[in-house]
Amino acid sequence: MDLRMKWLFIGSASLVSIIIFSIILFVGFQGIQVFRDISIAEFFFSSSWAPSASEPRFGAFAFIYSTLLLTLLSIALAVPLAVSGAVFMAKIAPKWMRELLRPAADLFVGIPSVVYGLIGLTVIVPWMGRTFGGPGYGLLPAAVILAVMILPTIMSITEDAIRSLPTRLEEASLALGATRWQTIWRVLIPASGPGIITGIILGMGRAIGETMAVFMVIGNSVSVPSSLLESTTVLTTAIVKDMGNTFYGTTWSNALYMMAFLLLLISLLLILIIRLIARRSETP
Amino acid sequence: MTTQPKIHVSDLNLYYGDNHALNNIHLDIPEKSICALIGPSGCGKSTFLRTLNRMNDLIHGVKITGKVLVDGQQIYNQDMDVASLRKRVGMVFQRPNPFPMSIFDNVAYGPRIHGIRKKSELVPIVERSLRQAALWDEVKDRLNKSALGLSGGQQQRLCIARLLAVEPDVLLMDEPTSALDPISTLKVEELTQQLKERYTIITVTHNMQQAARISDYTSFFLNGQLVETDQTDRMFTAPSDKRTEDYITGRFG
Amino acid sequence: MKIAHWTDRLATLFFWLSGLVIIVILAAFLVKILGDGVPHLSWSFLTGRPSEVRAGGGVGPFLFNSFYILFLSLLFSLPIGIGSGIYLAVYAKKNKFTDLVRVSVEALSSVPSIVFGLFGALLFVSLLGFRFSILSGALTLSLLNLPVLVRVTEESLRAVPESYWEASLALGSTRWQAIRKVLLPSALPGLITGVTLVAGRALGETALLIYTAGLSVSRNFPDLNPMSMGGTLSLHLWYAGTSSLAPDAEQIAQASAALLVLIVLFFNLLITIPGRIVQKRLSGGNH
Repeated sequence: MDLRMKWLFIGSASLVSIIIFSIILFVGFQGIQVFRDISIAEFFFSSSWAPSASEPRFGAFAFIYSTLLLTLLSIALAVPLAVSGAVFMAKIAPKWMRELLRPAADLFVGIPSVVYGLIGLTVIVPWMGRTFGGPGYGLLPAAVILAVMILPTIMSITEDAIRSLPTRLEEASLALGATRWQTIWRVLIPASGPGIITGIILGMGRAIGETMAVFMVIGNSVSVPSSLLESTTVLTTAIVKDMGNTFYGTTWSNALYMMAFLLLLISLLLILIIRLIARRSETP
Repeated sequence: MTTQPKIHVSDLNLYYGDNHALNNIHLDIPEKSICALIGPSGCGKSTFLRTLNRMNDLIHGVKITGKVLVDGQQIYNQDMDVASLRKRVGMVFQRPNPFPMSIFDNVAYGPRIHGIRKKSELVPIVERSLRQAALWDEVKDRLNKSALGLSGGQQQRLCIARLLAVEPDVLLMDEPTSALDPISTLKVEELTQQLKERYTIITVTHNMQQAARISDYTSFFLNGQLVETDQTDRMFTAPSDKRTEDYITGRFG
Repeated sequence: MKIAHWTDRLATLFFWLSGLVIIVILAAFLVKILGDGVPHLSWSFLTGRPSEVRAGGGVGPFLFNSFYILFLSLLFSLPIGIGSGIYLAVYAKKNKFTDLVRVSVEALSSVPSIVFGLFGALLFVSLLGFRFSILSGALTLSLLNLPVLVRVTEESLRAVPESYWEASLALGSTRWQAIRKVLLPSALPGLITGVTLVAGRALGETALLIYTAGLSVSRNFPDLNPMSMGGTLSLHLWYAGTSSLAPDAEQIAQASAALLVLIVLFFNLLITIPGRIVQKRLSGGNH
């Protein structure tokens, strides 16, 4: 019995590994098929996407470009507020406020992304339209919504990182006559650097892979956007938009799988970076 | 004593919530002397030390009444600038607490926060402080290496150098050798002796031999009260209070 | 040093402001979602059938499918997740296989949900021929749940004091007996918290289900057949928000959003309240 259970546990653990490898293999294999019909250069560097034209085109550059731009933009919006919010919670806020904010942040991590998308669609897009003119769809509203979505993640991880620093560091700085601000800025934030970067990378991962919220506010036209308020498409929303029109095994479908494979590779790369950071901060 | 004491404490009481941790302390500490605070653990000696640069402010629920004058100035006044007080009254902690930065940046931290930015001004300050802390020869070739790579004794001397770089008048030392091996302890003790020529030093120690070796004055704390203060040699040969005698002859503690 | 003093004051003000801005953003969000949606919630909305073109449609079948898919996905992922968690917490030695499992769990937790969706569409919908169905959706969703379950199981098992484990083994029980009789019961509160967390997340999942569960629902309601179409509440919200023809699509979307948030809120409370009670009991109830 004991031995049989042990093998059952080992079996489940192996299954987890088998699953992730089959995902990589299945999606990767299906995606690579696209290069039988089109060149690698066209897929990555052409922004002409016309899969149902009489002479179909499969250039995904616009999607890749918008994905990267959107991710950077949302990180740029979220990080300053998230880090100062984390400092506030870890070092300044009174206890009752902290006990209110922490569960609130957890709640917001749990709110479904379609709900964020709906707020984007019904509040932010119309507001952008009124303020800047035009219909209001594009990278900017998407980045704002994403920033709100990843803010709690980055904030919680940063707060944990600051909180886990030994009080000795803070005492040392204050005992030298530093003000609280000097202590935060020159000692606490640098010392919690690895934690903050981990939070930012996790936030990036979520921003790159987010689909529904972005779909609802980005406009979904195929173009390399020339402004932040021009309708465009990112990798995830291109998949959602086109997948329903394709049949399994066609070039079009394979191109979408290639995009998914790209998303998968980026996510795995980010996890790898987090592991490297963790290993480096273990050895002083 | 005709001259004004460097530190004058009177009617000092400290409460942690309901706990009366320091009870009516009176103490004068003359300039450029070493004063050792001894007593069994939990007697309030470390707490008392931390009232002198208001480090207890960091602890939630602490209430302090009474007078603590540094150079005749009441440090518990509302308008006291705590940062500038701590610049004058520096502290070395029980466990070495270097920042996770390079050795140079550790020592330069104080001068930098007090407004010295130019590298050309910082370099001589760093060198002078490390020399004063008797650490220069050991680290001069690796100033840009992380301070966390130093041994415990070196880290503690680095913390002393970091403190000297802000040019305080008073050094508070909270059992600075309790986490160190005997050789490092000896080095820190020698260093303390040399520093006496320029600084007023108050050191907490649980080690009576150490108090006898290095200090000019000794104060004995028990249960939150200051039992007795005297010149160290007199205290250890002819204590006037029975409890002091019991403690230094090893009957308790 | 007056400058440093004023910078400090200014910085404190700034941090208070950022804290307040965050609170205001979060509060405005909640107020907006609940304020717009809750007035449209009614019994007929919760249990009624959807209507494609006319106003007044409900979300009954979608709500049912949400929980049905969640239930099935937990049925698939719980045994494997807990099994792997037990392996990592109890049996794992420091070797290549353990490293591989750990990396796999991390990698799996980083996979974007749309990628899971495509994988499910490929394997379950096309290759295995399950079509757009409750079953395809639940199977794919269980992949998303899996890494969180593994991690939660491992963490709650590790939180059990070593002495319990040693005591049990010292009395001559086998490892499996010690796990079943001592470790799992002590780890149960942590496990329940984790499952609740997973459930909240799975209920709101959308991108993963579009091309595995499909957007529509069966004609029959309630329909327990796992091969019927598996449209869920969050899918319906998306559809109503972006492409529905019903004249009251916006209200439907708002009400569905409010309903989803209420469900998540409920799950979160479910986690926090028992946690607090247990903590109080352990600390002697003085606080």
